[in-house]
Amino acid sequence: MAEERCTPGQWVEVERVLLEPADRAGNLPDDTAAQPLRVWVKGFARAAVALGEECEVETMTGRVVRGTLSACAPGYTHTFGSPPPGIVGIGRDLRARLASYRAGG
Amino acid sequence: MAAPSSRAEALMARRGEIMRRALGMDYREFERSPIAFDYEALMGAHGYSLEEVAKVQRAAGVGGTPLLELRNLTDLVRSYAPAGHGARLFVKDEAANMAGSFKDRRASMSIHVAREKGYAGVIAATSGNYGAAVASQAARASLACIIVQEAFDSAHLGQPEIVEKARLCEAFGAEVVQLSVGPELFAHMLELLDGTGYFAASLYSSFGVSGIETLGHELAEEMRALTGAPPTRVVVTHAGGGNTTGTARGLRRAGATDTEIVSASVDLSGLHMASDADFNRKSFTTGHTGFGVPFATWPDRADVPRNAARALRYMDRYLTVTQGEVFYVTEVLAKLEGLERGPSGNTALAAAMSLARDLPREATVVVQETEYTGAGKHHWAQLNFARERGVEVRVGDPSESVPGRSIVIPEAPEQLRATDFDLARMRRSYVRNALAHAPEGYEPTDDDIAFLAEDTNSTPEAVEETVAALAAGE
Repeated sequence: MAEERCTPGQWVEVERVLLEPADRAGNLPDDTAAQPLRVWVKGFARAAVALGEECEVETMTGRVVRGTLSACAPGYTHTFGSPPPGIVGIGRDLRARLASYRAGG
Repeated sequence: MAAPSSRAEALMARRGEIMRRALGMDYREFERSPIAFDYEALMGAHGYSLEEVAKVQRAAGVGGTPLLELRNLTDLVRSYAPAGHGARLFVKDEAANMAGSFKDRRASMSIHVAREKGYAGVIAATSGNYGAAVASQAARASLACIIVQEAFDSAHLGQPEIVEKARLCEAFGAEVVQLSVGPELFAHMLELLDGTGYFAASLYSSFGVSGIETLGHELAEEMRALTGAPPTRVVVTHAGGGNTTGTARGLRRAGATDTEIVSASVDLSGLHMASDADFNRKSFTTGHTGFGVPFATWPDRADVPRNAARALRYMDRYLTVTQGEVFYVTEVLAKLEGLERGPSGNTALAAAMSLARDLPREATVVVQETEYTGAGKHHWAQLNFARERGVEVRVGDPSESVPGRSIVIPEAPEQLRATDFDLARMRRSYVRNALAHAPEGYEPTDDDIAFLAEDTNSTPEAVEETVAALAAGE
């Protein structure tokens, strides 16, 4: 469960809208044109702010960026997951095949 | 059509001025006409020889990666190839570079130039390995670094491969600016360049592309030492064109003029690259036709005035493979050769196994890169993510797959079959694009025709024919 409120100096993420749908480039597919262009930036919070409130952060390069607080202490949760079908047996089958080929089979 | 916002409009109007400051060079000096420019002058403008580039890279911890013979994969191919067929397979293990891919070669030169010119930091727009490479090299050079990524769909769902690359950039101390889907990312990059005064470490600068020439040169020399001759074929994973361009130029510089350059991309036909809905239905974020075709047929769509990566000049053949085939060979490479590498970099490997089968045993095929792997950037992660998005994953005949709807893992290596993309059609498409970007009514001169022939690796006669056909409205 994400923290409800950041502390000053905490590593956080803010979000803001760069372009509203009406301001977006021409020639976009309809699904993209209907959405705002959004940006997410991480940095050190400059004040104690609740999620969803306006917040200023100082980024790793020292820029000051304003946005809506979208995460406190954002981390990484990407992974490998379970073995997908059809993958696990490939090594076993091909090693056997190679052995058989080399044995003249 | 919606009117562009005034801020984006104002930035785009200042594009030339912002990029001149951010690149530290003026591309106007290379222009010869609305169509032609002096490509070799652009490539040589940085003033570094190949030896000097190699020296800069060695000091940066880049290059000199192992060239490995894949004896088990070669025998696997020979087990089903026609008698006397099954070329020897080799791979250049570019994952051994500091940030895990050949992109370190590009980044090392960009960062070197940025430091020499006295910039305080660098900015690159990339969702790929190049971001990590720039971040790593910037850290070594004590430069600030901002990486701008197209990372999320409108539901803030990130492609696992891109999420992992953001992590690695942040591990190297970069600021990562992440955007939702859309080409307006470029205007935001201009805004950042303008606001910070940093160097534009473009993927498509002559510095970056020159950095890849050492890869082609190294592998030609290493193959000479190992087999007595340069390779018969070099297979290159192709996206924006830098890999094909730099590798081919390096091979030529090493005197490997008979080596056939084969570019290979994952087939993502039918998926729209600017579509919010399609964004996370792709299981590859690079090395695919969504970049490979548009960048080959109009390289100057890049973020620099003239793209140094001009793949049509160098590719002898362009092959496509399916997502399922690449995931299959990724697993095979790990299990049979003890090399666990990222799927995108194995695109060329899938094409190489298909090619090797049709070549005599004396022939040699070099896959010129690998990339690092890890959480997110892995075939398991991609296949699980695809299934969660409703993409069907099954075992069967990979030629039945439909990008964005199904991924078919081959049942057996015999089913690896790369498909030839029509190069003649790509050349025509390039000429059409070049004419369309010239002012209305502009008549191409003889110099333009000669330039277009060079830029498409064809003849002035073939270009004239295309120009005439276009004028006749065909």
